[in-house]
Amino acid sequence: MAHAAVPASQPVTLAERPDFSVIGEIIQPGSRVLDLGCGEGELLAWLVDHKQVMARGVEIAAAQVRKAIGRGVSAYQGDIDEGLADYPAKAFDYVILSQTLQETRSPLHVLQDMLRVGRRAIVSFPNFGHWSVRQAMLFTGQAPKTKLFPYDWYNSPNIHFLSINDFEDLCRESGFPIEKRYFLSGSTRVTVMPNLMAQTAVFLLG
Amino acid sequence: MVAETKTARFDSIALDSGATLSPVEIAYETYGSLNADRSNAILITHAFTGDAHAAGISAEGGKPGWWDNMIGPGRAFDTDRYFVICSNVLGGCQGSTGPASVNPATGRPYAMTFPVITIRDMVRLQRMLIDSLGILRLLSVAGGSMGGMQALEWAVSFPERLLSTIPIATTWRHSAQQIAFNEVGRQAIMSDPDWSEGNYYDKKPPARGLSVARMVGHITYMSDESMREKFGRRLREKETFGFDFGVDFEVESYLRYRGNQFVSRFDANSYLYITKAEDYFDLTNGTGTLIDAFLADPFNGLATRFLVISFTSDWLYPSYQSQEIVRVLRRVNGDVAYCDLQSNYGHDAFLVDIAEQTEIVRGFLASTARLVKAA
Repeated sequence: MAHAAVPASQPVTLAERPDFSVIGEIIQPGSRVLDLGCGEGELLAWLVDHKQVMARGVEIAAAQVRKAIGRGVSAYQGDIDEGLADYPAKAFDYVILSQTLQETRSPLHVLQDMLRVGRRAIVSFPNFGHWSVRQAMLFTGQAPKTKLFPYDWYNSPNIHFLSINDFEDLCRESGFPIEKRYFLSGSTRVTVMPNLMAQTAVFLLG
Repeated sequence: MVAETKTARFDSIALDSGATLSPVEIAYETYGSLNADRSNAILITHAFTGDAHAAGISAEGGKPGWWDNMIGPGRAFDTDRYFVICSNVLGGCQGSTGPASVNPATGRPYAMTFPVITIRDMVRLQRMLIDSLGILRLLSVAGGSMGGMQALEWAVSFPERLLSTIPIATTWRHSAQQIAFNEVGRQAIMSDPDWSEGNYYDKKPPARGLSVARMVGHITYMSDESMREKFGRRLREKETFGFDFGVDFEVESYLRYRGNQFVSRFDANSYLYITKAEDYFDLTNGTGTLIDAFLADPFNGLATRFLVISFTSDWLYPSYQSQEIVRVLRRVNGDVAYCDLQSNYGHDAFLVDIAEQTEIVRGFLASTARLVKAA
């Protein structure tokens, strides 16, 4: 960025979201990227700066869309459950759904649409199979409230709860080809017993 | 920042109706300075009754521009960074050729012999101005309401002449409701005996008709909520009803004041011509297929970046009309940013709700300017 513009924009780092660094690693320079549930556009702004991608974002919350556009990201305010239908097939090299699958009304339709409009799909989600969740459920007998799932059951944006094994099953049954899997505990890669040990999973489909 | 209105004059312009106007003049102002490679120019297109004086303090009259809160040093359209141009529309009455201008063939005002003009005609004249300023490619064209129609028309008519467009609180074609309100305004003017078939320039203008037209307009620019907050049922300088047909309510007083004030600055015939141009506006030329309008040149695809803005309480140009544009741009995989800004001000929001517009316009322009640097 030669231009010292955009006073509103903060330098973007990916440190706070471990799945972002994996996604940043996956995406090839110069590709076309659509981020579903792009929030304030942090990931897309980083990809534009570091990978020179053509970036588009969808976000339902007006305040976040404003911040994303303020960063220079072409984001539009809309519902990802509906918005994907408008795009032509294979319009993008990657369609990203970061930590949002569990918040969509129809996860299966979203995944199908992602693979229609994108050559590849990148899906990350918090792993409900993580030991901390199992432990909380076992010992309290209540809807788990953990670092990974910090909400009370009645005000959680999460409306589906899935583990890594659940997602693998869905991909097998629905014929979504899994190209790569990344499992994370914090920002550390997990290789052993991911469904128990990983907090976050990142799947590359397509 | 003192702003001076200048005028450019051209031999002639061919119009959509088939008529030709010659000569034709366009009043304009500029703010900031054009950079060496002439890549930082932004055209601001005004709404129905706006004028070329968008920013700064006018040299004559000392009035602030109609979008002064958005254009200036450090503002959304930052004049330290960009060269900002605003011109009065063709058919207007604030310095550009319109029905009140003198027809050189007769030596008298055109009045109703002025040809009917379209939004595209307005844009054509703006392009002639841009040409004369030596600007090959605008960084952006931005405007609200009818200004948004012009911003959209630029992207469709001259896609090679702009990098981005910012249509705000607008539509891709005038709806039945929008045409209906315009027709009420026109009938108010034309049924005023002082209108005299448009030939009032040497006598009393149709002030009553024009002020009623403006009163109706003002209602459509506000929202139920903003009127409730601003006026409620408050009485005007009285404790009880007058039991007559003078002014009882605060809102009546406000509308009458706005109506009367408007008469002193606006020409009734311009009102007729400009509302007609709005009503004829349809980006698809009646085909209804917006996708073809945006992809007139399928080989080059759609190069223009879009920032589309609507306001939640705008019932004159409702958000769905902006969303229709956004959906079609998605279908052609266009570069589109869109936000439906929360506001209680109705259609007027684009003129008064500045903070959020500033945040997104600033970011959008800066990222568009970075594309220029990268190219």
